[in-house]
This record gives sequence, C-alpha cells and structure tokens, in this order.
Amino acid sequence: MNKRRRKVFMTAGYQTIALGTGRKEFNPTTPRPGLEDYIREAGQGTLKQIGGGANVDEGVISNFMAARFNRQGNLAALIPMIDESLRWKPSTRVEGACGSGGLGLITAIKSVLAGTAEVVLTVGVEVQNTVKAIYGADILAGAGWYRGERKTGHAYFFPSLFSDRAGAYFEKYGRDKTRRAFARWYRNAVENARLCETAQEFHNACEDLETLGLTEPNPRNFVDHLNVYDCSKVSDAAAAIAVASEEGLKRCGIAGKDAVEVLGWGQVEADLTMPPADLTELETSKRAVEKAFESSGVRREQLGTVECHDCFTISGLLSVEAIGFAGKGEGPDYVLEGKTSRGGEIPFNTSGGLIGWGHPTGGTGVRQAVTVWQQLTGRAGKWQLEISPKKPYALSVNMGGNDKTVVAVVYKRAA
Amino acid sequence: MTYADRLENVAVLGAAGKMGSGIVLLTAIEMADLGLDTANGCRNFALHAIDISEKALSGLMTYLRDQVRRAAEKKTVWLRTIYAGRADLVENGEIIGQYIEDVLTVVRPTTRLEAAFGAGVVFEAINENLDLKVKLLGQIRSRHAGDPWFLTNTSSIPIHELDKKAALGGRIIGFHFYNPPAVQKLVELIRAETTLPELADFAAQYAKKLRKTVVPSRDVAGFIGNGHFIRDALYAVSEVQRLAGDFGFAESVYMVNKVSQDFLIRPMGIFQLIDYVGLDVCRSILRVMNERLAGGHLQSSLIDRLVEMGITGGQFADGSQKDGIVKYEKGRPAGVLDPDKRLYVSFADIAPRADGRLGDPPSAAKPWKTVIQVPNRTAYLDGYFRELAAMRTLGADLARRYGLKSRDIGLGLVRDRVAEREEDVNTVLLTGFYHAYGPVNRYFDGEDTP
Repeated sequence: MNKRRRKVFMTAGYQTIALGTGRKEFNPTTPRPGLEDYIREAGQGTLKQIGGGANVDEGVISNFMAARFNRQGNLAALIPMIDESLRWKPSTRVEGACGSGGLGLITAIKSVLAGTAEVVLTVGVEVQNTVKAIYGADILAGAGWYRGERKTGHAYFFPSLFSDRAGAYFEKYGRDKTRRAFARWYRNAVENARLCETAQEFHNACEDLETLGLTEPNPRNFVDHLNVYDCSKVSDAAAAIAVASEEGLKRCGIAGKDAVEVLGWGQVEADLTMPPADLTELETSKRAVEKAFESSGVRREQLGTVECHDCFTISGLLSVEAIGFAGKGEGPDYVLEGKTSRGGEIPFNTSGGLIGWGHPTGGTGVRQAVTVWQQLTGRAGKWQLEISPKKPYALSVNMGGNDKTVVAVVYKRAA
Repeated sequence: MTYADRLENVAVLGAAGKMGSGIVLLTAIEMADLGLDTANGCRNFALHAIDISEKALSGLMTYLRDQVRRAAEKKTVWLRTIYAGRADLVENGEIIGQYIEDVLTVVRPTTRLEAAFGAGVVFEAINENLDLKVKLLGQIRSRHAGDPWFLTNTSSIPIHELDKKAALGGRIIGFHFYNPPAVQKLVELIRAETTLPELADFAAQYAKKLRKTVVPSRDVAGFIGNGHFIRDALYAVSEVQRLAGDFGFAESVYMVNKVSQDFLIRPMGIFQLIDYVGLDVCRSILRVMNERLAGGHLQSSLIDRLVEMGITGGQFADGSQKDGIVKYEKGRPAGVLDPDKRLYVSFADIAPRADGRLGDPPSAAKPWKTVIQVPNRTAYLDGYFRELAAMRTLGADLARRYGLKSRDIGLGLVRDRVAEREEDVNTVLLTGFYHAYGPVNRYFDGEDTP
C-alpha cells in the first residue's frame, strides 16, 4: 500500500457562515437558506478560485442525514447543480456520520492517487435547524447503533454518550480540574471564533466565558456530566475544497504556495455495535492519528496547528491525549496551562473548532481542511497564526459517532 | 381519599376562557402524569372541560395540543424513563407524540354542566360574577352524589361568601392563578375560615406539584394581588385627573403610563396593564371590592364610562390585545383614547412634547427586561433609585410619588392583615406581576408622602 504514489494537494477552500443560535442572522421562525443554497454557495466559492467547473473531473459530497433533516437523498446529483459544467461527470455522496467530511476528503484523495481524476471538488454540508434540538437528537442518534442503543439511550442521545465519557473521566482523574479544563476549552473556542467572521460564535459577547462554562450540569433537563456550553451547537453550513494532483493544480492555474500538500493520512473504522473498551480514551482516533503520522513521516512535535473534533469539550480533551500531546489523565493540565490556546505550544482549532465555529455534522471534516488550508497559506485573516518554519505541519482529525469513523490528515503548505 | 383519588375525576368550569384553558392544561398534565405512574395504572383519569361555547372548546383543544407538545419537549428526559417499557416508542418524537395523546385523552370537552356532577374536584374559572358562580357551584353541590371539593380562581370575591351562598359547607378554597397560568409562577391561596383543612392540604400539594409559588392571602375582597393592583390603578387615574387640567387627558395618560413603566421599571405601563386585565374585568373587581371594604372609595367614573362606551380592553380569541385606554398596533402601544372625541390620539402626536415635559429617565435606566436579568439586581436598583431621588424633573417627581403610593398600598395590605407579611406582598408583585422589585421597599425614603 503506497499512500504517496502521487502528490496530492488541497486548494481553493471555502466555507459558508455557520448559521444557528448565536448568529445575529438566525431566527428560528423565519425562512432560511436550504441544503441547495449551502451546497451552491460553497461549491461555487471553490470553483471561482480554480477557473470554474470545467477544470473539475469529479465531485464528492459529504453529508450525514439530509434524508431526515431535509427529506433529501441522492445528494450526488446536487453537485451538477453547482455549475453546469459538472453535469455528466462522476459524483459520489459519502456518509460516515460526523466523520462524513473526512471520508469525503479521503474519497477525493484516493481518486487523485488512482489517477482517475486530477481535480476533485469536495463539498461537505449539513442543514440541521429544520427541526428543534430535541427532535434533531433522534436524527443524530443514527450515528450510534440505532437498533441496539437508541431505545435505552437518553433523550439527548449523543451528549449523553459523551457525558458518560466525562463521568468516567471524572471518576478516574478527578472532577474539579477536568471541569475547569472544559470551561477553558469553551473559552478558547469562543475566543477563537470571535476572530472568524463565518463562525457561529462570532457574535458571542459574553465577558466571562469560563464562569459560563462552569455552569453546573442539570441532569433533569439535560445530561449528567455536561452542560450546554460543553456541546457544539446545531449548525447549518457547508464547506468546499478542491483536491488535486500536481497536474490538476497546473490546470487550475494554482501556484504551489496557494495549496497545501497532503503528506499522509489515517482512516480507521471501529465496530458500531461494540461499546468503547475504555470510556476515557478515543482509541479509534488515536489509531487514525498514528497512521497519519506514520504515513507522513511527520512527528507530533513538528505540528504548528491542529484541527480536532471537539463536538464536546470532553472530546476536545480526549483528542489532546489521543494525539499524544498529553498522557492519559493529563489532558486537563495541558489545557489549563494554556498549551492548546492561540498563543500556546500547539494552537488547537484556531477558527473556533466545532464548539466555536460550529458543527454542520456531515460537513465538518471538509470545514477542518478549509481551516487548515487557510491557516497554512496565510489566508486566515484575524485568526492567522505565525507558522514557524520549524513546525510547518498541520493535522486534522474528524470523528464520526462515538469514536467509530475517524479520518486524520497531515498537511503542509506546498512549495 | 388520596390526592390521586381526588384528581381522578375533575371538572373545570369556564374551561375555554383565558384562565380556564391554562388551568385545564396544567391539571390535565398533572392527571396524565399521575396516570403514567404505575401505582395509578388502573385508574381512569378524566377532566371535564366545561364551557358554554362549542367553538371556544374546539379552540381549547388546539391550544392544548400545542402547549402539551411544548411541555413534553421540555421534559423528554423524564418521559423516556416513563415510556421505557414501550418497545414501540423509540424516538423522542414518538414519545412526545404519545404523551400528547395521553394528556389529551384525559380531557373531555363538553358544554353540559352535568359532567361535573361526578367530579372529585371542581375548578371554577368563569367570569367574575358572584351570582353566576353561586348558581353553578350551588347546582353542582346539590346534584352531586358525592363530596366534591371546589377550587375557585376568583381574583376578588371572598371565599366565605361563595361558601355560604352556594351552601358548600367549607368545601371551597380560593386558588388564584395569574395570567397566563401556564407561565406565571404565582398562586394566591385563600382559605375561608370554614374551609376544610384536608381541602387546604390538597390545594397546597396540588400547587407544589404544579411547581407554583404559593402566597397565602386572607379572605378579604381583592386579596393581595388585586388589593394592590386596583388601588395602584386608581391612583394612576387620579394622577391623570390631577395632571389633565394642565396637559389634557391624552397627554396625562401617556405621561403616567410612561412613568409607571420606564421610570419605575415595570413590565408594562399601568394603563396597558388595565387594558390587559380588561376594563370590564377591572370594573367587576372594583364593584366587588367597593361593596365589601369600608371607606375604600374604590370606584372610577372613568372606567365605568369607558366600559359603557363599549371600550373593554382584554384580548381577542387569538390572544392579541384589544384597544382600551391605549390603542395597540402589532401589540405595541400606539395611541391614547380621547373619550370626548371617541378617537385615539397617536403617540407620535403626543410623545415629543410630553417626553420633553417629563425629562429623561435616570441615566442608569435600563429596560425592565434587561433589569430582571441583571446579575446583582439589588445593587443596580439601589444606584438607579438614588439617582432618581436626586432628580428634579416632572418625570422623577411623578415616579417618586407613584413609588411611595405603591409602597403605601403594600403596607396597607399588611396593616389590614390581608397579607401576613410585607414579604408576601412583594412576592405577589414579583411573581404575579413580574415587577423587578417589591412595592414595600426603601427606594423612596426621605420623600414626602403624596
């Protein structure tokens, strides 16, 4: 197996705003853009930067549950809607719950590696505000093992699964410090999002985010060990990026400096019907990251930024440990010491992550790649980091379900 | 008879009205929840929703369906445990749908009073009309084979009178919800001297299960809530009359309304509140109180006149506000009535001049909605009223007089032993009227009593 038989690049990223509670434009009682609008905006946003749809060989669209949120299937056929020149070209829809976006990236990468495409338009999308959160929880529960787990599960199914992880973590490593780390994670996420105009928390003006983050969980109305600030919000958004070969970049007239190179990746599946062996660890994520490091030859210490899958504060914390920045049980200290913050040792989720930027479930993996591309090619505006030549690499980790479908990608700015 | 025994068969009179529909909602949910408890599995809970209007009853069912859904969405965590044994109910949506069915199954809409003849509890929420209440309650008592308990939602009529005139033998208690019952936390509980102790216990338990804040009131016409509101409203009318000589009627109404809302940080101006309650309802309450309370002079020729002109305020069937002393556009105050000309003067024509006369509110002023969310409300209010006390404008002067009068009314209710404690008066205004502070306070100390 040779993951690097050809060079693969990503370029021309685009993200819509993440619409939902918190954004001033959001009003649950007035009509909002639909699935097609998001796909069109993101897709065209990328096509504009690569000379139009004529340069694209193939489309990939990542989405989790449009069949229920929007009563829409056959999403592959929405790719040609983006641009007339995409008609009669191949298009594939991929689904892996909240890891759909990562699978979309990998599908595009594999097409380029196989040489069956030079340029693949990759779109990730989810429009979830069509139902109230309590009904959305039913839909999102499809990321778990529905037949085996839903009936006995909680009203807020996924928050509860991660609340159980938080509870187990509290028991093993102590509650107080861990909860403070959650609150810090929340604060970092929102502070980063305030710098990024498309982020759902861009308008958040709360002065004391850590106190808010420390709000005591209320099991009567929600889950046992997490409060609502520990959770990513319900978001409508799309993101798109072009995955291309060297020849593809040339065709699109893209210079190397405007692209990132995919140096390696890990794609791992766990058994949906099996509970996690250890609630205090993201084993699948860990394995995917190890594979990504191995295939890219990049070491953790060489990373300049990370996009992790912080669907909940606990998953952010466990990601820090899964990637290996902190040992088991040491994630809270690592976060509380400020090492994951914007100015810290390894800035995580610099546009806000899932908690700050937003979490359009099936689109998140693509959005993460767009964030990395923006950050590494100097397009991050107010949230731009200074990328040190000593640490020029970035890592994205996208997770579907309760650590079941995971894709990790290692990138570097192309020359 | 246990609590659940009593609630197995309930009748609500005036079920489709403003207060009745809320009472049906809360009670039907409580009954359905009891029914879902396995201990009560064999019981058949029934709530007879009695009203004279078929059409209004149909509207009630639509209202209930919508409101029960909202309630269910808020307690889905609990509902999942309740329906855990139902293999066919997997999703939240399915569980919520089933709960709506289970609550609505309890409710039996009817126009026939006979439906109440087997009820363990009869909830009365009809118009504030003593004779009608006596007639209906008396009829149920005499035709009932068993031993019904009566809870009345009257906001002004003394419970002992209803008890005596309808010959209920102490089987009645005042259980006064605030509008809308599903939202407002307050219940005024009024025991007549004759009220059976076990009925009082039941009422307390029922209020607790509904998670209401209970304030006991002595059995005196108007109780605490209307005891304050009616006198507060009459004071506002008297202020208008005092100011009208200089500024004219419409402008004076505008000014007093504005001072009571913006300067005193209340959720709405006093004339808006009068319209919200309904001028006709206010008149009924005034009559009840005036006939029973010595030396009160609780009457208003203005309110009498407006009601006779057909101006009643209150709400349309869809809940939107009808015009009263104030005219409403999209639910917001937009004009003031000129009773002589029988037309509304637009706020736009009055406001610039009247606002200029009043002067600005204190610089620390914030809207009521913001103030009730201020983390340290007491400190904020201290600063705000200190600033108000130092101001020498007409608006500040009117506000101080008003604040002092409101306190005077509150203290009067304690002095007359309608309320046991000052705190009870404040609780009623805070939770039943949503005020940002209680009327018995020290914010207006050092000023002359008006």
